[in-house]
Amino acid sequence: MDTAALLKKLSQVNGISGHESEIAALVLDEWRPFVAETRTDKMGNAIAVRHGTDQAGRQPTRRIMLASHMDQIGLLVAGVQRGFMRVTPIGGVDPSVLPGHEVIVHGRKRDLPGLIAGIPSHLLKPGEREKVIPIDHLWIDVGLSPKQVDHLVQIGDLVSLRREVVELRGSLLAGKAFDNRASVAAVTVCLEHLQTMQHSWDVVAVATVQEEVGLLGATTAAFDLKPDVAIAIDVTYGTQHGSPDVETFALGKGPTIGVGPNMHPQMTQGLREAAQRLNLETHWEPMTGSSSTDGWAIQVAREGVPTGVVGIPLRSMHTSVETLSIKDVEHSGRLLAEFIRGLDEEFYRSLVDYHDKTKG
Amino acid sequence: MASLLTDLKNLSNTSGVAGAEGPARQIVIDAIEDHVDDLRVDTMGNVLAIKRARGKATRRVRVMLDAHLDEIGFMIVGANGDGTLKFRAIGSVDDRILPGKVVLIGPDRIPGVIGAQPIHLKHDPHSVKGIDELAIDIGASSEEEALGAAPIGQTATFATQFRAWGGVASGKALDDRAGCAVLIEILRGPRLPTEILAAFTVQEEVGLRGARVAAYALDPEAAVAIDTTSANDLPPILDQDPGPDTRLGYGPVLHVMTRRDLSDPRLVRHFAQTGDRLKIPYQIRQPGRGGTNAGGIISARSGVPTISVSVPVRYIHSPAALIYLSDVRNAVKLVRESVAGLTPHVLKR
Repeated sequence: MDTAALLKKLSQVNGISGHESEIAALVLDEWRPFVAETRTDKMGNAIAVRHGTDQAGRQPTRRIMLASHMDQIGLLVAGVQRGFMRVTPIGGVDPSVLPGHEVIVHGRKRDLPGLIAGIPSHLLKPGEREKVIPIDHLWIDVGLSPKQVDHLVQIGDLVSLRREVVELRGSLLAGKAFDNRASVAAVTVCLEHLQTMQHSWDVVAVATVQEEVGLLGATTAAFDLKPDVAIAIDVTYGTQHGSPDVETFALGKGPTIGVGPNMHPQMTQGLREAAQRLNLETHWEPMTGSSSTDGWAIQVAREGVPTGVVGIPLRSMHTSVETLSIKDVEHSGRLLAEFIRGLDEEFYRSLVDYHDKTKG
Repeated sequence: MASLLTDLKNLSNTSGVAGAEGPARQIVIDAIEDHVDDLRVDTMGNVLAIKRARGKATRRVRVMLDAHLDEIGFMIVGANGDGTLKFRAIGSVDDRILPGKVVLIGPDRIPGVIGAQPIHLKHDPHSVKGIDELAIDIGASSEEEALGAAPIGQTATFATQFRAWGGVASGKALDDRAGCAVLIEILRGPRLPTEILAAFTVQEEVGLRGARVAAYALDPEAAVAIDTTSANDLPPILDQDPGPDTRLGYGPVLHVMTRRDLSDPRLVRHFAQTGDRLKIPYQIRQPGRGGTNAGGIISARSGVPTISVSVPVRYIHSPAALIYLSDVRNAVKLVRESVAGLTPHVLKR
């Protein structure tokens, strides 16, 4: 698999929270060669099931859910004024990266190229130039007349940032929506590895919707799928210029494994052992509360789901130049596959017995 | 196939930051060399070309047509231990537009990104980071690797690609490659009754440096600075009057004055009359901010009557500015026709 090519493809297709059908179709196309069945559910989650290899006669079938959200943050037309569009954010958009950005307005009739602008600095008083322009003071200019814009665009139309993936040195890529297409790619890598591996549990890969607006897709998917265990794969903060030294993780040194209340200790331990078996570098990512991933919702689905969290370090999160290491994506996929290969009844029992063991 | 649109695209996409105009200069030379009688590059890097007059029936004024080659951009000034590059602006760049943009560095056009801290980790998300707090990430992991790939002193531009749709175009460096395209189009057109002294000048963005020496060398009797100017037909976000109300789609802009000079009133009258007579739209820019090379030309030698004619542009000095192609075409017409009729009579006091 050409991971870089896959990441580029996944980055270019839009899937703003609540509007994931196009990216869902692409994700299932990518997963289809490695799975027995694919479907989308009522919320729009994209689901692929790969059966385990020696499940004969056992009931119920054990299964692991791999959750990587496929939605991305974005903008929505909130109003049209003299041919200029005001926008409102979907998800945690950082207004400081918007001025001067090229966009595509997905108008009701057709896509329109445009630019995001704010008041030019020559019209500002000194002092105002040091403040980030709030999103309601930005506008989109598609260069067309007010009449044309009224005809082509209406409130609620989506806006996406225009950005092709940039190849940097050291196997790094920069682009948009790597939060969380990086993880969708990692799951794809995992499924491909499983093709040549023996694993007894079923694998249900889910590209979830609406993570950026409150983990909604993962909440309903975990209810529907009733997994025995789950792993949420999401991006985490990469170390970058000016970043704090805690809470951030160097690129190219492997995925992170979450540790803390959101993660079942045996899942954390199992992931760590899988990494050791592969001699893979990983980071230990302490999470004092919510992991801010789908894992937070999945952990408390139904009677509770033992959950692990794997993170892919990403610089400049929630910008159009989110930067990752292709190697980290590939290693995350390998780590997941190795963890799945090791799943057996003994591991399943350890999920409930571990309290006694630790008392041991 | 040479056309105004192709010129605009090539000129916008190439690089030519003030002091490093080489790639832009080459595009200009390739475009005009078959259409001029004399062409040279001076020591500063200005392209100076002469297109002689047709016939000798009526005398015309020898006129310098200027468009600046250079654009605003960045210079690499160092590297950090983590392999990111330190950079500074060349010319005037608004710090607010830098985070989250892609740049191309040096002659090899090495891509880099100006990163931004995730909003989740920002302590003060409402303050703009100064350029000295930002860094360009080219993917290098050490200072040595970074400076090996992008040595100190190399220039960088935004990576924006030119695009055009429905009579609109966007791209970087339209200030003043739009003016360069206008001047190329005039040179490529029919020979006029007027001798044209064309100057594609360097270093406008750092102080009108190239135009000054070009005007000295060409020694014109009159001059036209073909530049771009901010269009202020923006949405009513501010209560305040944005002042000079230049709009897209209303034709080239005749400056009555700029920050640095007064356009010669005889030339303003002549250009306006030419526009009126031939029904070429134009707009008068009210006095206001913004400067053009006119400020460098007007005082060359013993003085040159000069006018600034601009293509209106929204979002000047940003990663992507926006223009109307009709304004560019009308600028070609207005300058060409006004120059064709530039008899000594026009400059009579």
